[in-house]
Amino acid sequence: MESVNPPARSGLLDRHIGFVEALRGAGLNVSLAEDLDAVRALQALDWTDRRVVREGYAATLVKRSSFRPTFDALFELYFPRMVGAGGQGLDPETSGHDAEGDEGDTGFLRDNGAALREFRESLADALADGDRDQMQQLAAEMIGRFGAMPGRGPGLSSWSAYTALQRVAPAGLIDQIVEGLMNDGVSEEAAQRTASRRIGDFTAMVESDARRRIAEEKGPEHVANVALRPAIDKLDFMSARKTDLEQMRREIYPLARRLATRLTKEHHSQRRRGPLDFRHTVRASMSTGGVPITTHHRPKRPHRNELVVLCDVSGSVANFAQFTLLLVFALRDQFQKVRAFTFIDHVHEVTHHFRPGADVVDVMADLAASTSHAALWGRTNYGRAISRFAELHPDAITPKTSLLILGDARSNYSDLSADVLREMAGTARHAWWLNPEHQRHWGTGDSATRTYAEIVPMRECRNLDQLADFVAELAG
Amino acid sequence: MSITAPAEPSAPAWFASPDDANRRLYDVGYLPDAATSTTAYLAGALEKPLLLEGPAGVGKTELAKAVARATGADLVRLQCYEGLDEARALYEWNYKKQLLRIQASQSGHQSADGASWAETHDDIFAEEFLLTRPLLTAIRRDEPTVLLIDEVDKTDIEVEGLLLEVLSDFQVTIPELGTVTATRRPFVVLTSNASRELSEAVKRRCLYLHLDYPDADREREIVASHVPDLDDALARQLVATVSQLRELELKKAPSIAESVDWARTLVALEIKDLDPEAVAATLGVILKHQSDHERAVKELRLRR
Repeated sequence: MESVNPPARSGLLDRHIGFVEALRGAGLNVSLAEDLDAVRALQALDWTDRRVVREGYAATLVKRSSFRPTFDALFELYFPRMVGAGGQGLDPETSGHDAEGDEGDTGFLRDNGAALREFRESLADALADGDRDQMQQLAAEMIGRFGAMPGRGPGLSSWSAYTALQRVAPAGLIDQIVEGLMNDGVSEEAAQRTASRRIGDFTAMVESDARRRIAEEKGPEHVANVALRPAIDKLDFMSARKTDLEQMRREIYPLARRLATRLTKEHHSQRRRGPLDFRHTVRASMSTGGVPITTHHRPKRPHRNELVVLCDVSGSVANFAQFTLLLVFALRDQFQKVRAFTFIDHVHEVTHHFRPGADVVDVMADLAASTSHAALWGRTNYGRAISRFAELHPDAITPKTSLLILGDARSNYSDLSADVLREMAGTARHAWWLNPEHQRHWGTGDSATRTYAEIVPMRECRNLDQLADFVAELAG
Repeated sequence: MSITAPAEPSAPAWFASPDDANRRLYDVGYLPDAATSTTAYLAGALEKPLLLEGPAGVGKTELAKAVARATGADLVRLQCYEGLDEARALYEWNYKKQLLRIQASQSGHQSADGASWAETHDDIFAEEFLLTRPLLTAIRRDEPTVLLIDEVDKTDIEVEGLLLEVLSDFQVTIPELGTVTATRRPFVVLTSNASRELSEAVKRRCLYLHLDYPDADREREIVASHVPDLDDALARQLVATVSQLRELELKKAPSIAESVDWARTLVALEIKDLDPEAVAATLGVILKHQSDHERAVKELRLRR
């Protein structure tokens, strides 16, 4: 490429390489070929529009839509929208505290009660209009004014989105926005939704602006390592926020569909491995003079597992259990029969909640409601749950069953009923234990991982990726 | 087909700039967003295949057709399905014709010596007996061509391997004839519903664009351009309802194609106002699952 050896180093190439490195660090597989494509794309593109540059990079480097949020966040860091407090209307805040304010609508860059009131007013206006440019502008101003954390010396100051958001509290403006929208003839329900989405967007802008400013002072690498959230299918179940969980839930059906396609394909390709179809082979040999050149086989009867799922639904691992249940039931065609039980310190069957074609939201609500049946005292007790299961459902586990246990094996130092579990695992065809905790936490504190892992093979399953791998193996 | 100024005959340029791409796609009735026009421009400028991914009915196939219309190129389409093989994607020898040729040569001169066999052998693997299939056709054409490989995710993994040579070098190797290289590189568009992950090798060779549901304004424009009879206020209501439905957790969110269908339905039924009854009566046009219906009805009732 022509640009690889520029006469004078502009630093652009270094920035490009830094960016690609950061993407690789965040889990995107950027090959050298794609790297070169990106450079060629940038040569073909006009550099005056930042969006065009971003799309050029995205088209050449990001080949999976789930990586796009990560890419966008990193692009903001390496190719920021603006430098410092930006251009017009905003004071060069970092240079001095003696605000030589332009007395426009922005006022002083000083943090005081009047400024806060004024700022909230203009923010409410911008949010009510849904003007994204204005919101961007205000987000930058908000960090500059309310999110500055002066350091002890030059270069030690920092920026905090948290402080700024606490001070301005945009969530408090929601009623005002809803009212404004409703005056424009929007229904209350829709207005609520729009308002909370705009506030969510604005909060994201503020966070991204704080990252941008920190990156400017400390270098993008520093921020990229600490401030980025992993892509949704790599995100830990246990550290997911509420919005992440919703997004993950939306991922379940596409994931199930992908898995089902893969499994059906695999079943198809195994067709030839069935027993020889003698009749068919002899008849086909007629056309080759009685010599059986091609053999024909009976289709292999797909062997399907019966599956029994035992889930811990206590607070800490409830999300994980829900996802696994949803995925298993979305793939129920791949199994002969699926039964699901939830437990905390008591066992409760939940199979009937998963009707074919049932609505996901309803199922989740039913599951949440039925959690109370799984608890007597509400403290997780694996030993008790296991022994109760063996007592109440002795018919559930047969030599044809695969047993799947989900949980972190944290049993509050109670009796573990290891013998009962050993007996169950011995009866079942296969048994697995999925643990949503990182392997390095196994066996710490009240974790009974050691004991249980000796009886049932235990696998770490922290994110959708690992879950998908496991379920594919299970059904395949 | 409305052909706007065709590309310069010699230059391989498809679009002059992202803006140019945007304008010309717009002119032929496809309303691209910034990402789409930039990526379409890049695919032409870098001569790389373009992989489009996204939910069903967001205009992936339509984009390929629009590029063909906008640049005055012809569209060669390969529809992928499970069990698609080389013989139907690349080329096939016309063996019936070959048999006839052999028989004809045998009846011609009775002396079946070695020399005439070698002659025949060379003869029957000539261009004349080659049946070109879409991939080879697209590569051998001299006129500007848009090659659409539709629903790549439906094929088996082996076909992906077959695509690699075409996608990276724009050539096809036929053992009996040698390698056919494109004289004029086609504009290649692959579409996928992501029902399975494509292999890294294919993705590496392509530019990638994820098409998603458009924002309200763009969707309204799209609906209006497809259904000009639709009242503007009604279009606004329709788009608002559709985007509201997309926010619900549905098994299959309504696509753009379905909102256009819905708009046509409303025009046909002469519905002037999209009140809850009208929505409930025509919901079948946009939602195709019973549980989605129930959920939508529940949420829309809540609104009133």
